[in-house]
Amino acid sequence: MKTSFLDFEQPIAELEGKIENLRYAQDDSAVDISEEIGRLEKKGQTLTKDIYAKLTSWQICQVARHPQRPYTLDYLERIFTDFEELHGDRAFSDDHAIVGGLARFNGQSVMVIGHQKGRDTKEKIFRNFGMPRPEGYRKALRLMKLAEKFGIPVFTFVDTPGAYPGIDAEERGQSEAIGRNLYVLAELKVPVIVTIIGEGGSGGALAIAVGDTVQMLQYSTYSVISPEGCASILWKSADKASEAAETMAITAPRLKTLGLIDRIISEPLGGAHRDPAAMAQSLKKALQEALKQVSALSTEEMLEARFERLMAYGRTKEQPLR
Amino acid sequence: MSWLNKLLPPKIKRNESGIARKSTLPEGLWSKCPSCEAVLYATDLDNNLNVCPKCGHHNRLNARARIELLLDPEGRFEIGAEVLPVDSLKFKDSRRYPERLQDATETTGETDSLVVMQGAIKTLPVVVAAFEFDFMGGSMGSVLGERFVRGVQTAVEQGMPFVCVTASGGARMQEGLFSLMQMAKTTAVLTKLSEAKLPFISILTDPTMGGVSASFAFVGDVVMAEPGALIGFAGPRVIEQTVRETLPQGFQRSEFLIEKGAIDMIVDRREMKDKLAQLLAMLQKLPAAA
Repeated sequence: MKTSFLDFEQPIAELEGKIENLRYAQDDSAVDISEEIGRLEKKGQTLTKDIYAKLTSWQICQVARHPQRPYTLDYLERIFTDFEELHGDRAFSDDHAIVGGLARFNGQSVMVIGHQKGRDTKEKIFRNFGMPRPEGYRKALRLMKLAEKFGIPVFTFVDTPGAYPGIDAEERGQSEAIGRNLYVLAELKVPVIVTIIGEGGSGGALAIAVGDTVQMLQYSTYSVISPEGCASILWKSADKASEAAETMAITAPRLKTLGLIDRIISEPLGGAHRDPAAMAQSLKKALQEALKQVSALSTEEMLEARFERLMAYGRTKEQPLR
Repeated sequence: MSWLNKLLPPKIKRNESGIARKSTLPEGLWSKCPSCEAVLYATDLDNNLNVCPKCGHHNRLNARARIELLLDPEGRFEIGAEVLPVDSLKFKDSRRYPERLQDATETTGETDSLVVMQGAIKTLPVVVAAFEFDFMGGSMGSVLGERFVRGVQTAVEQGMPFVCVTASGGARMQEGLFSLMQMAKTTAVLTKLSEAKLPFISILTDPTMGGVSASFAFVGDVVMAEPGALIGFAGPRVIEQTVRETLPQGFQRSEFLIEKGAIDMIVDRREMKDKLAQLLAMLQKLPAAA
């Protein structure tokens, strides 16, 4: 598949175009230009490294939303085996914006739950752009409880612009569905390993993101509101999204510094979509380590640590009352 | 005594009642009901708990007035007032976050958007948390989360129920992801209340939206709402822009929610205390109040 380039990647795009042309030329040329191609490829790497070394928050946001970024099902295929998808909330319907089911992780039974976006227009609509309705959260809840019943650890993969803001979603209790998940996840008696793989969009993300370990891919984002949403409310203009992104602290390194996430998983040069296989490899390693760490605790210890971590969220000061 | 002096007492009376804050009503002695447009004498409205005496429209009620309404006068004890906000992200949009905080404190007399009070409802011990909507739209930040948690923990330690009255636009953007995490924090602490078999009653008032709606608000053992309150996850404007349809009449109002099965009951503010006492007693298997 041809890589699509983001605006700020245009210099890389041009260079890679040049390399492509040279390769094409080499096929019917007597002159050996492989050395030149090698030189340009190296240059391309340096260029990518340079550009990616100083990405702004807003640019990272673009990488997190990249149309070719690996989604939950891509990782499922590469990291897990024997995936048995489980459908529906048993009350209303099956939400395609959240996928989930049983799978094997290094042979061990696990429950996988994640947001799912679509690639082409048709699939995007089928997946509702990764924006779940209440039945999606209720399906997730059902799968969490199922995992708890059989003592199976849960892996969640977060990648959503947010919960779907629609009339039907409100009618069926979007708020309750999200709130209920937060409550149940806080006391679920099996390990819950959370990974933000793309966009961690607000309450719609959090509804499957409360767990024992929260990790983020290097170029994923996690925020209380989209930068565009924040900008249009506080700056009264969506054009200020870039400023909003910077101010809100939505990137993995900043959230790590603030103590809101546990671990950053490095992405391949140029982002996860440039080398999904390598990305899956390092994600798998991180998941393995996280699971091992959490599994070492007794259920009581694990729940206590999860609770303490939840209670520690927030920054306040205390002043004795007059 | 001049006609002017005759008109003065209401204002003085307001100050004496211990509510040292500006009323949410526009300045002046007369106000117009936003619902039935009846012109009302401010005192009448005040005496009627900010409910329009003509049509029953529920205007917003600030946190202290709410607590005044629900708790018995004796034995009140405020929880978490010592917890104060910090600007951990150095957040600045058109204005700096500390400036907004200061403004909010000046207009409301509060230090953040939640007031938590231990006390009793018709002699039944309880912890009540009430949102202050006029403080940055009742937005949920770290202070709100911490005060909420301390309130619930006190309830658990003392073995009493927890009641929360919400009025909020949602999460406080100025605290970035810290505010999102308050959704998880506030909801999680309620598991302890549940383990102790103590009731949590959630009272939704106008408006209860976004991160507050989508966290603890709907996990109450009983969820009630005031008449006509706007309650939902996404704001009506956002929904309209997304679906490009006109929203149905009364969408996201209490009456719409009860129709959809989302809440247990709609309770008139003037009957709220009786209703709470009744439910709390029954849930705790206590005899009916005298």
